[in-house]
Amino acid sequence: MKRLVVVDSNRCVGCDLCVYACTNRYGYVGVSKSAIHVRSAGGIERGFVVVVCRACRDPPCARACPVDALVLRKGGGVVLNPSKCIGCGFCVTACDIGAVMWDSETMKPVICTHCGYCVAFCPHRVISLEEVG
Amino acid sequence: MVDWVKSLSKVLYVDLGRKVSWVEEREDLFGKWLGGVGVAVQLYKEEVPRGADPLGHENAVIFAIGPLTGVFPMASKVVAVFKSPLSGFIAEAHGGGRAAATIRFAGYGAIVIKGASDIPIYIVVDGEKVRFRDAGALWGMRSSETVGRVLREALPGAGYRTIMRIGRAGERLVRYSNLTVETYRHFGRMGLGAVFGSKKLKALVVIGKSGFKLPNVRAYREVYKEVYELARGPLTKKYHDLGTAANVLPLDKLGALPTRNFISGRFEGAREISGEKLAEENLARRVACLACPVACIHLAAIREEYEDERYFYKTEFVPYDHEPIYALGSNLGISDRFGLLKLIKAVEDEGLDSISAGVVLAWATEALERGLVSLKETLVELRWGDWRNYIRAVGYIVSQPNEFYKTLALGVEEAAARYGGAEFALAYDRVEPAGYHTGPLYHASLAIGFRHSHLDAGAYAIDQSLVASGAPVPSPEEAVKQIIEEESWRQVLNSLVLCLFGRGVYTKEVVVKALRALGYEADEQTLAELGRRVYLEKHGIKFLEGFKPEGIRIPRRILETPTPLGQVREEFLKGVVSYYAKLVRDYIGDRSAG
Repeated sequence: MKRLVVVDSNRCVGCDLCVYACTNRYGYVGVSKSAIHVRSAGGIERGFVVVVCRACRDPPCARACPVDALVLRKGGGVVLNPSKCIGCGFCVTACDIGAVMWDSETMKPVICTHCGYCVAFCPHRVISLEEVG
Repeated sequence: MVDWVKSLSKVLYVDLGRKVSWVEEREDLFGKWLGGVGVAVQLYKEEVPRGADPLGHENAVIFAIGPLTGVFPMASKVVAVFKSPLSGFIAEAHGGGRAAATIRFAGYGAIVIKGASDIPIYIVVDGEKVRFRDAGALWGMRSSETVGRVLREALPGAGYRTIMRIGRAGERLVRYSNLTVETYRHFGRMGLGAVFGSKKLKALVVIGKSGFKLPNVRAYREVYKEVYELARGPLTKKYHDLGTAANVLPLDKLGALPTRNFISGRFEGAREISGEKLAEENLARRVACLACPVACIHLAAIREEYEDERYFYKTEFVPYDHEPIYALGSNLGISDRFGLLKLIKAVEDEGLDSISAGVVLAWATEALERGLVSLKETLVELRWGDWRNYIRAVGYIVSQPNEFYKTLALGVEEAAARYGGAEFALAYDRVEPAGYHTGPLYHASLAIGFRHSHLDAGAYAIDQSLVASGAPVPSPEEAVKQIIEEESWRQVLNSLVLCLFGRGVYTKEVVVKALRALGYEADEQTLAELGRRVYLEKHGIKFLEGFKPEGIRIPRRILETPTPLGQVREEFLKGVVSYYAKLVRDYIGDRSAG
């Protein structure tokens, strides 16, 4: 199994092409369906914060879900079962690093599947897929 | 109608006078004119009456993006169209940063700002909600950087927003003040900052979080991949590595780097302020506009010890590009890199267009040297290379403590009209020139240019190819053809809206492919015709507003200082202007009477 990791956020130039790639998995363009988030670290001159799911072994988001819509993923992190999800948003609050995003159209969380589609569209090698046991 | 047009066709109107906003569906405009400059010019036509005062409530600012914005790499620019307080006519400026894709994902294709507020305000556009906020606490703030920081901390949407704001220069209506985006990018030219200032509009913040379903994902991904690979390859490497500052040394070598108010095309200090030297000694970070893999934005760090305390340091960040290096560096005889960066920083903090500011200061230096003005006017000794005094003068241009600086705030044309020295007052149609002295085609393109950017038609490249090939300079008629053909095609790129640094990536073939992937039935011929039409529409409006290019003043200095192609001949420039004028007048025809 693999997981997505931020190799060096100092290499990030803030182009958001990873964000667009992620949204594109669903046949969309834009930012609404991205599981990655990039923002400045308090002014562009300080560089960027790249927020991705860490693929926790004991994920707080799953524990916070009242309806078991987040199932543990092999290799860490969770898989969303959208038909179970009631859109309460507890998972978003439970993730201290802010890696559970929110789709305000479906009113459900956006969960990183660690597919690595974004990696191919990062021009500056900020993120990569890492093998996990 | 192409479905994709619908995703783009919402126009947000904001009336600052009545503090109301509304949205209109304008599929009619986006269907016919694509977006960007094409659409913005039409909206300008609807909104700004012919005799409008550029600093009055009748002026409007139109921001527009296009079908490729946020969708394809390097579609990263917003076009702003407004009446310029510097030239007095319809004008256009482009800005990057995070503005373009953010407006797109806030759900709009264009934003029209009209009217004027009675009190300082700023606007927050959060998707469908538009809020008017009191800018009393921000008005008069010393640095535009601080304004950005305050808004960043006060407002939601980090990572999904753009913060456009003016500095004190815009508040005080300096005719060449700019609109700053994300601290380091600008709608630089033609005085958009003063238009914001006249409307008492300190900032425009947009938060965009949405997305759009693609009509054909497979087709899109195929073209996307191709464009992405091209955009991060050799075609843009120059911009990524050294940035636009890469031009400094080649231009100097060619004898085309304007120096000390264009008295020469060579600067003995060029190496010190070159892209190479800046990268080696000062470059701290490279950043990108949204949707751009190139990351041409180069930020220098300057470390400085406080004079009153040893080992007490501060570090500041300063963006650099070819244009400020020319205007505030070689053109003012500054080869001290630290001093140049400090001067750029001062200009940035005040929110001035660095090109115009540098040219104005260069004229003032020469006027003082020749005794047209004295220290009584200039208040500080303006001497080539003395960056400390230039920093003081930048402050005076904004604070305007006397008649002289009040006049400098109006631009170099007004300064020369009042104090003399027109022969070395560098401006075409009242607008100070960008930093190339490559030859007759470049100067011709400025004389008939719209944005007064070197990117209007890229004619410096035509000059350079003539130098390389040794081919003769074309006739004025042939030159006009070349310039207008290129500028017309660029209207297509500016309607999509692409960054012109991507013009090598987006060949006609690639543009057609990208549009087709989104469902547009485009072909090269139709697009070329559209570009020509947009060109004529916008130049036509300028003529209808009273622009008379035949009366253009050609500064003697341009004609005297040799270019790599020899001296520029006045008859050549006049010839170009007259062919251009005829072409536009043929287009507008009878409308000029009304």
